[in-house]
Amino acid sequence: MTEPPQQHYLELSENPVQFEHASSVNNVFFDEANKQVFAVRSGGATGVVVKGPDDKSSVAFRMDDKGEVKCIKFSIGNKILAVQRTSKSVVFPDKRSLKLLKNQSINVNWYQYCPETAVILLSTTVQGNILQPFAFRNGTMSKMSKFEIELPVIPKPAKLSLSERDIAMATIYGQLYVMYLKHHSRTANSPSAEVVLYHLPREGACKKSHVLKLNTTGKFALNIVDNLVVVHHQSSQTSLIFDINLKEPDCAVNTHQPVLPARSIHPYRMPLAGPAVVPSQPPVPCQLYSSSWSVFQPDIIISASEGYLWYLQVKLHPTVNLLQDKGKLMDFLLRRRDCKMVILSVCSQILEGGVKGSLPVVATVFDKLNQVYKEYLEAEQSYTVAMESGPSRGSAAQKRPVRTQAVIDQSDMYTHVLSSFTERKEVSHKFVIAVLMEYIRSLNQHQITVQHYLYELVIKTLVQHNLFYMLHQFLQYHVLSDSKPLACLLLSLESTYPPAHQLSLDMLKRLSTANDEIVEVLLSKQQVLGALRFIRSVGGHDNVSARKFLDAARQTGDQMLFYTVFRSFQQRNQRLRGSPAFNPGENKPRIWFIFQMKPTIGGLKI
Amino acid sequence: MQQGKSRAGGAMQEKQYTPSLLSFFIYNPTFGPREGEEEKKILFYHPSDIEKNEKIRNVGLCEAIVQFTRTFCPTKPAKSLHTQKNRQFFFEPEDNFWIVMVVRNPMIEKPNKDGKPPTIEYQEEEILDTVYGAVVRQCYSMYKLFNGTFGRAMEAGGVELLTQKLEKFFYRYLQTLHLQSCDLLDVFGGISFFPLDKMTYLKIQSFVNRVEESLSLIKYTAFLYNDQLIWSGLEQDDMRILYKYLTTSLFPRHSEPELAGRDSPLRPEVAGNLLHYGRFLTGPTNLKDPEAKFRFPKIFVTAEDGYEELHLIVYKAMSAAACFMISASVELTRDFCEQLDGLVGPQLTLLASDICEQFTINRRISGPEKEPQFKFIYFNHMNLAEKSTIHMRKTASVCLTSVHPDLMKILGDINCDFARVDEDEEIIVKAMTDYWVVGKKSDQRELYVILNQKNANLIEVNEEVKRLCATQFNNIFFLD
Repeated sequence: MTEPPQQHYLELSENPVQFEHASSVNNVFFDEANKQVFAVRSGGATGVVVKGPDDKSSVAFRMDDKGEVKCIKFSIGNKILAVQRTSKSVVFPDKRSLKLLKNQSINVNWYQYCPETAVILLSTTVQGNILQPFAFRNGTMSKMSKFEIELPVIPKPAKLSLSERDIAMATIYGQLYVMYLKHHSRTANSPSAEVVLYHLPREGACKKSHVLKLNTTGKFALNIVDNLVVVHHQSSQTSLIFDINLKEPDCAVNTHQPVLPARSIHPYRMPLAGPAVVPSQPPVPCQLYSSSWSVFQPDIIISASEGYLWYLQVKLHPTVNLLQDKGKLMDFLLRRRDCKMVILSVCSQILEGGVKGSLPVVATVFDKLNQVYKEYLEAEQSYTVAMESGPSRGSAAQKRPVRTQAVIDQSDMYTHVLSSFTERKEVSHKFVIAVLMEYIRSLNQHQITVQHYLYELVIKTLVQHNLFYMLHQFLQYHVLSDSKPLACLLLSLESTYPPAHQLSLDMLKRLSTANDEIVEVLLSKQQVLGALRFIRSVGGHDNVSARKFLDAARQTGDQMLFYTVFRSFQQRNQRLRGSPAFNPGENKPRIWFIFQMKPTIGGLKI
Repeated sequence: MQQGKSRAGGAMQEKQYTPSLLSFFIYNPTFGPREGEEEKKILFYHPSDIEKNEKIRNVGLCEAIVQFTRTFCPTKPAKSLHTQKNRQFFFEPEDNFWIVMVVRNPMIEKPNKDGKPPTIEYQEEEILDTVYGAVVRQCYSMYKLFNGTFGRAMEAGGVELLTQKLEKFFYRYLQTLHLQSCDLLDVFGGISFFPLDKMTYLKIQSFVNRVEESLSLIKYTAFLYNDQLIWSGLEQDDMRILYKYLTTSLFPRHSEPELAGRDSPLRPEVAGNLLHYGRFLTGPTNLKDPEAKFRFPKIFVTAEDGYEELHLIVYKAMSAAACFMISASVELTRDFCEQLDGLVGPQLTLLASDICEQFTINRRISGPEKEPQFKFIYFNHMNLAEKSTIHMRKTASVCLTSVHPDLMKILGDINCDFARVDEDEEIIVKAMTDYWVVGKKSDQRELYVILNQKNANLIEVNEEVKRLCATQFNNIFFLD
């Protein structure tokens, strides 16, 4: 293999279920419902070993050899074992009685069962392409509407033309689909094979919904991993992935091309098993896409000849370099389960690239992330509202929204992307500011409240580069939303940029909950009269402590000012309490006594 | 203010003359220090047809006055000289370079009976030092915007080059000075900002950043809508003078081609390009013209190490105008202009219609009751934001006001009072003509209100102004 290892975006699980490989004395069976592998030695006489996805579901037992076992399964919870030895009988080793619940008479060619949704699919008619689904629920069986699979060629005379092998059922994005592997046909003008998806809703008719273009011919197998349709192609030993929710702009609606170029599954090495294994002996490479592989839904690959059961997994990191269109890449990643760190690393990658013309890309990516973020916030909010309005109304409807990894919030962006990005020396400050503004724009566009630390980052960057006038303009248009912390930050900038004082006061005024802070700011500037006028204008004069005003007035050294302030409070006291005296609790300043001892100030008689 | 009413009554018409420019000259006393060489001091003299000796005499007089007054206050030389017939303004923008503007006082010509020549009454006190002092400073700033400092021309080509540049610039510029309509707004030299919601503002930010990123030659960008500023990548002082140029000179010269008739010569480019309404206001008028020249005016702005010279590209689509500034050391090609046109044209057209739509929505929300019923001028020294409901739209030739010049004079007087002290102040004046004029100063902001309420008393006027502040200025810290 010459291709770089990071190009493999599919891999086999690291901890496979291992079992005794199939041989002349050992038959292997797989139960899709319980995901258990049964290794039956000598018809069960020398042991049946059941291996499940975890150790708890593993069992070993022996049973009498009563002939060749055709199929063997446990009921859910390993309670009842069923063994099929002939085509018309099933034996339950524990003697129990069975009851016929419902009876349907249909000529069936073959069946498929989807344990996840408890839907059975029956192939009927001579050609086999009329499929009749039944749904099992709460012990009842209900008939769903039947549908027809469009065959590439109608055979004459009619014969069974739809094979069980070409049909699979799987749940994709929460919906049940019947997948039909439509092979190419020379007569029917279809140059390559395709996978046709039929959507099988709980209610209503089944409809053909998606066509996945394979652009090749040969033997294929299907898996579903992380809501992706994986198509394995045996002759080329590669796999393709399709995302049915990814819109293809240049294709007709619901026709899909592979998301990524075809790649093989990541090479897998098997450690040599058994007691004879020498520790230094290197693991042997496993033959991928072997003809002895069996593929089960949704994500299981079994190699009976080697005694392995793997889960197929998608690796997201390699996809980053395979998908050049970053918008499409985001659409793809946002739908994957373990996407958060990959998405964040893609963001960092776009930003550090410094490629000319990357701002529109940055904007697109931010918009896509914030769309998901906003949807989550809205769901969360409507849940909260529903909870507050009481559980009585519509109690069943509201479920707490699940926060998936695709929800990338501001703190994620800040911690993993923006804070380190703004500190990079080699990036121009112009680009840094443009990116931060782009993120803020995107948040605003999605009506998401911007967190204070993002504003701080903007201000920090602007201040570092002496771009005060830019900062001033941003504040002028309220791009950086008002808050007390922001106002305080501005106050701290006053020594380097004097207009910050005005900006800060304006902001405090708009907040309308920061009157005390405004008074403090004005007093610290020795604008005692201004502070007094302000507190009066907002109606806070009656409750304010005289002390800090008088203190500030004294510090100015302006006796006339002190007198004015003092009189103002005396008048207030008179009005409120009928006496000019200060309340004992009001902590009148010591200076007051000094003032009393001086009967005239500046020629004024008191 | 006595002349108010007596004028209208008389049978014989009196004639009123507004202030006008008598002369404007620039000199440097160090260029001709010796006797007989005085002419060398004079770098520019308007009107040019004045006799040489008179020029020398006038310059000499100014020199003497400045020199003489310096003895009283060496740090603050004389700024103006008041005489019965005219007023002279002195300004030394660079060491030893003096600009002098002589303005004839406004006057009234009273006809006399019996064929006697009319009596001329000069109104010496009617014009304000602050207003015309500001006009002189603006003249210099405008020269500097397009030519750099006097010192720069001297370094590049000596006195000869400087006089050439002065001649070329001021010959045209002085014709655009309309001294009769100068007022308080000239003192402020403010910038009118376009009111805009946050989201649309962020879209403009995004547009500017994208254009600057993909056309990396662009160093600074400014964005205007309806002749009002929205974004400036330039520093405040540079933007102030560029804004003045754009709004009083460049924009008025280019009326909207979209509004022009179908057959108007202004339309060809629009007709040829249906994708967008973008067009160059500076540089090539028609990109498709094979003869088109790709020369743009050059401007000088402050940089970390003195000055930097830039090409000024002004590009407009409907009411949105973007100014792109590019280092003058780069030669601008047809390729670049086409690239810019292709990139900016469609985006700017879209943005312009977005802004227009948003503006209409906002106005509908705020409703007509929020439209000011008051005549006021607001100015903030911090961001140079100015707002006037007194002034009509500025045109290239005149700046129309909706109030009597007497009231404008009172505003100017109040402004002078404010300039004298640092503290917050409030001044209320009852004018002869039943108007109340209120001036308020809070920190760095000034507000002037004119109220026409005949029988209102002081308290009512005060209440009225409070109401105005509550509706118009509720989002800023403006002390009542």
